[in-house]
Amino acid sequence: MTAAGLIFSNIHDRSIPEMTAERTMASIPFGGRYRLVDFTLSNMVNSGIDKVGIITHNNYRSLMDHIGNGKDWDLARRSGGVRILPPYVSASDSPIGGKLYTNRLEAMLGAIDYINHCDEDVMVLSDCDDICNIDLNAVLDNHEETGADVTFVTKKMELDGGKAGAHTIIVANEDGTVKEIVDSSPMTRGEYDVCTNIVVINRGFLVSLLHSAVSYGWKNFYTEALASVLASSKMVAYNFDGYYAEIGDLASYYAANMQILCGDVRSELFGEKNRPVYTKVRNSAPTKYVDGAKVKNSVIADGCVIEGTVENSILFRGVRVRKGTVVKNSIMLQDSVTGENVTLNCVITDKNVTIRDDVTLSGHETQPFYISKGKMI
Amino acid sequence: MFKKKECVAMLLAGGQGSRLYALTQKVAKPAVPFGGKYRIIDFPLSNCTNSGIDTVGVLTQYQPMLLNEYIGNGLPWDLDRTYGGVKILPPYQGTHSADWYKGTANAIYQNMQFIDRYDAEYVLILSGDHIYKMDYAKMLKFHKANNADCTIAVLDVPIEEASRFGILSVDDEQKIFKFSEKPKNPDSTKASMGIYIFTKSKLAEYLNADAADPESSNDFGKNIIPNMLKAGERMYAYEFEGYWKDVGTISSLWEANMDLLGQAPTFSLADEKWRIYTRHQVLAPQYIGNDGEVENSIISEGCEIYGTVKNSVLFPGVKVMPGAVVRDSVVMSGTVIGEGTELSYALIDTDVEIGKNCRIGGEVGNSEDITVLGEGTVIADGEKIEAGVMIPELRKDKK
Repeated sequence: MTAAGLIFSNIHDRSIPEMTAERTMASIPFGGRYRLVDFTLSNMVNSGIDKVGIITHNNYRSLMDHIGNGKDWDLARRSGGVRILPPYVSASDSPIGGKLYTNRLEAMLGAIDYINHCDEDVMVLSDCDDICNIDLNAVLDNHEETGADVTFVTKKMELDGGKAGAHTIIVANEDGTVKEIVDSSPMTRGEYDVCTNIVVINRGFLVSLLHSAVSYGWKNFYTEALASVLASSKMVAYNFDGYYAEIGDLASYYAANMQILCGDVRSELFGEKNRPVYTKVRNSAPTKYVDGAKVKNSVIADGCVIEGTVENSILFRGVRVRKGTVVKNSIMLQDSVTGENVTLNCVITDKNVTIRDDVTLSGHETQPFYISKGKMI
Repeated sequence: MFKKKECVAMLLAGGQGSRLYALTQKVAKPAVPFGGKYRIIDFPLSNCTNSGIDTVGVLTQYQPMLLNEYIGNGLPWDLDRTYGGVKILPPYQGTHSADWYKGTANAIYQNMQFIDRYDAEYVLILSGDHIYKMDYAKMLKFHKANNADCTIAVLDVPIEEASRFGILSVDDEQKIFKFSEKPKNPDSTKASMGIYIFTKSKLAEYLNADAADPESSNDFGKNIIPNMLKAGERMYAYEFEGYWKDVGTISSLWEANMDLLGQAPTFSLADEKWRIYTRHQVLAPQYIGNDGEVENSIISEGCEIYGTVKNSVLFPGVKVMPGAVVRDSVVMSGTVIGEGTELSYALIDTDVEIGKNCRIGGEVGNSEDITVLGEGTVIADGEKIEAGVMIPELRKDKK
């Protein structure tokens, strides 16, 4: 069975409005040297998928910059490889005329030419809000063995209300056959099998589903389109039991970053044999610790210069922590710089932030203090 | 495939580097790791690409496997080009003869075809033994401005060290009038850096003559340069200022790594305008544990530090276990330093496993007594290895 990938880069932009003001969800930096799309792309590449389309919506300049020609993911190929699919705006007399897509079905309709052009048996759909290192080959094998039209990768999650439709709940039999696809509601509490938005779907099945969606006017891919054809097709749930983090808002972004300070999480994410996580190579020098540097329990990328104290923090490439400065429980994105005698606690500095001498800033782990790209404080 | 190139670089990378002993048993000297994530050859290759020279022939001979694999299509250095780019040039079998490269000049002589394909007017000769950042474009400009036949890059060295180098004497206009290879009583402090630019037609002339001379040792320093000087060709010295280090010995390799440390290091790798490119390993960022202590060091991706690291250079994926202390050392990729082990004044090669509570290396700052563990060495728990000891990879069988 052959598979091609389709990644939605913008679908969850509204989850973290702070960080997506100038970029896509897919290009949000994570874990010291990655962007969220790296996990999704690496999962695909490591499972032998070498044709991947990335559907965009807006602000995708940073994503294009990151992906380049795809060589860092080994996706610079003559046939296949990675393609950025710019948003498709149809002529004004069509049903969604003159507008950008507003939901997942319209997004795929906009990319219908790409999907038609693939000759693979199945499409692997994925979003960019989930961080995991999953063996998609196992999912594809399961899909083939069960003869499914659709396989949902699910994760057991403890839900505690939240916005209506924040999660898609997959109700399945013991053998994995899906019985029901429903949206979560503010009343949904307890443990559920939640759809990770990683979905394996037969390509022909997907194309006809998209055509039906136009005829019936469906808006929701899961609870309208797929739920409508559930009775007449075979859909299975595949439970993923490895490390999985979902970025739903700034607090969960902060928490997921902090989780990689834990050794087990790091080894599940980055330590899987033959399943490395690829990212854009930046050619920074190795990180330099000068006399007086004190670093504890921190993840630090290349190209940093550390003169001060860093504890329980994540430093991205090219960060500078100057003398007398204490950075605790914080995330400093690429090329952020602190002056001398600065104190940071529970702070997220976006790219190229400069913090001047003697400044003290603090947030709380449930409400980290966020400083937007390029700001000087 | 063969557009005209004004200048083609030829990088002599066949050297065995026998004075690096254990480190060059399996790899040629240019492939020896340096500076946390680089290999020696990254420096001349990055200099080429940063100087706008996009056609580089790499002449290999000794243990070329890793070097060939490492250079690959040249992508990390932006040398994967439709026209030109980096090409590996191994010794080959010809119609009339088949020979190993007999000397530096012979290696170039055997590959004149490569230079001719690009119709190059100038040839830049480089070696894969030195750590430095240099703009070859400026040197080429100097060469052209002087209408020179040969330009040699020179560095001012202390007079007491001058007898280790090829020494040039020049007039006011930098024109060379005397060249002496490792003179006992040097009369100048201008040392040749082993970097030459030749006007191609002159180079071909002298290489052909050299090849016809059975007495010649086919070497640039011993034959070509003296012959050209004797014949009165226009030869100039191009003065280079900055860091340049021959890393041909264990102590100089160790020292060059140490030169990277500190806030204002003797040699900086963090120059955004002159990046040093390298082939990357795919690894997670480094992690410093709760009891980790790092001071005055350089640490690369994928390292996990649970012990103490001081005044050291750590390559990607090194693990320093709890209670271990690494001081004044260079530790290469994938090496694990066991719990409670103390390591000082040591150069540890790739994928070495050091057990618990070992004591490795000397106590005091003596760069002549660097302890060396070769690739894949396994050291059992509790072993003590003295200063200056060298253990090649053979030790592995002991396990």
